[in-house]
Amino acid sequence: MSANIGIDGAAQTAQPGRPRRRPGRAIFRPRRWAGWLFALPALAFYGFFNLRAILQSVQYSFYEWNGIGASTFVGFQNYIDVFTQPELLRPLINAFYLILFFTVIPVLFGLVAAATMRTMEGRFSGALARTLLFLPQIIPGAAAAVAWTWMYSSNGVINQVLRAVGLESLTRAWLGDFDFALSAVGFIGTWLSTGLCTLLLISGIGKIDTALYEAARLDGANAVQQFLNVTVPGLRRELGVCVTVTIISALASFDVVYLATQGGPGGTTMVPGVQVYLLAFNDARLGAACALAVVLAILIVAIIVPLQRLFQERES
Amino acid sequence: MTVTHNSGTRTAGRASSNSPRTNRATSSKLRGKLPGILLIVAAAIFSIVPLISMLTAALAPQGSIPQGLSWPADPQWHNFIDAWNVANITVLLQSSILIVLGVVPISLLISTMAAYAIAILRIPLGKIFFLLLLLTLTLPYEITIVPLYQQVRELGLLDSQLGLILPLIGLNMPFAVFWMNAHFVTTPAELTEASSIDGASAWKSFLHIHLPLARPAISSLGLLMFLSTWNTFLLALVLVNDPNKRTMAGALQAFQSKYSTDIVLLNAGALLLMAPTIIVFLLLQKQFSAALLQGAVKG
Repeated sequence: MSANIGIDGAAQTAQPGRPRRRPGRAIFRPRRWAGWLFALPALAFYGFFNLRAILQSVQYSFYEWNGIGASTFVGFQNYIDVFTQPELLRPLINAFYLILFFTVIPVLFGLVAAATMRTMEGRFSGALARTLLFLPQIIPGAAAAVAWTWMYSSNGVINQVLRAVGLESLTRAWLGDFDFALSAVGFIGTWLSTGLCTLLLISGIGKIDTALYEAARLDGANAVQQFLNVTVPGLRRELGVCVTVTIISALASFDVVYLATQGGPGGTTMVPGVQVYLLAFNDARLGAACALAVVLAILIVAIIVPLQRLFQERES
Repeated sequence: MTVTHNSGTRTAGRASSNSPRTNRATSSKLRGKLPGILLIVAAAIFSIVPLISMLTAALAPQGSIPQGLSWPADPQWHNFIDAWNVANITVLLQSSILIVLGVVPISLLISTMAAYAIAILRIPLGKIFFLLLLLTLTLPYEITIVPLYQQVRELGLLDSQLGLILPLIGLNMPFAVFWMNAHFVTTPAELTEASSIDGASAWKSFLHIHLPLARPAISSLGLLMFLSTWNTFLLALVLVNDPNKRTMAGALQAFQSKYSTDIVLLNAGALLLMAPTIIVFLLLQKQFSAALLQGAVKG
């Protein structure tokens, strides 16, 4: 309401002379500051519950603190620990391995599906298929983890299928297997991302000018060359989106892993998200937890920013 | 699964080669489409198999050991009623709805106002505020949880829905303001200038011009926020100990650790916990698909 007063006042002073542009702008200045009243509630919530928390995480990461007693400044020791203690470094390596399942496989599948769908006239209209492809997007990761824990169990679908095709010897409790657990967890990520990537890329491929394909064909380009020289560049924007979103969900994964394996067996599926949680709320190592979270955040930004630039720069 | 698909291709191929000449054009077109269609069908089946497997397990007799994908001879639909009571779904529904109602309307209002101030009113330093929001947009929740726990404890709000609602609003801001800003920058410039020449107050032009125009953008943002709030997991786990005061997804963790050995009840309960979002999705499918695709592109 005080915004109105400020603005009305400004409007009144503006009346008499009716100057043209420049003075008018100057007079609107107070109004522009009053506009902050609109942004203030958002700034307050953001500042107090988001930005402040981020900055405090950075601060905590330089201390050794159990959350209750006194804290000791330890400099970069927590960061050194992150890169030297196997139980802190391993989750980071695992997170990068998960990118294969969360990003690479879904994007490749989506690309191939979109490229083969290109021959279809008009837009992709399989309403039922669309609905089903979207389903993994709307159920929480926690529920996906419960569903797949059942899929992977000794009586679950995966082993059932293996038995049906005579591969009995391969059956196992997948999430309890030291060699396969991480890949099995990753495959849940594949399930979560494939639908969205496929739909995004199909919607993108419909926007590519068909004349480009004609031209490529006249130049004697075969199907593979057309794919590499027309389809992939034409989908740059959509590819950028798929890659960005899925890499973030791979590196920052928490709910899927926490419910499926809690990082087990023997730490083979431990990811940074779960390790941060356990360090802070089980082991009372708040400094180390924050240092790992900060490293994770820096890694994400360090990967996403260049990727964004890559996908945008070429677009123009 | 793959096996069925391959045999599917073969029969379809044979059928089209048998078709009479007049149909050759259509059949060759169909053959061109076929690999794509098969891939899509495979992906669609892949998307639904885990859910169907949960359903068949949930319908098996309690105490039995269900097999991956097999329709029980005598489906036990009352398992869902038992799971409803065991998982305390009534209480959870109330808690989740309360949290969504606390988070979504306020987040929508204040983020729209902030984006309006930044994009239309062009407040001084607004660009810097926006840049700050953008910088924190990609940061994972993990970097906020430890201090947030301390903060909420200091406020005396641990283990309460309010203690979850307030941080969620704050965490929503980067994406929400970003989303609404993307809408407001597309508003025709004449609208803004017209209102300032008239001397109409910023609040009036917000209420009467810009808010009605922004309705589609706000409603897709609302859907995305409903989804992310309803599915809140990490934050609920950290800030709320009592599973009955969490969101549905957060409660799933407590339910899973309690009934991990009772496969029938676990699957029935998990399906019930997922059901509300699936139902809302099926009802508002068009809007959801549009919002999710757009949301990904903008994010």
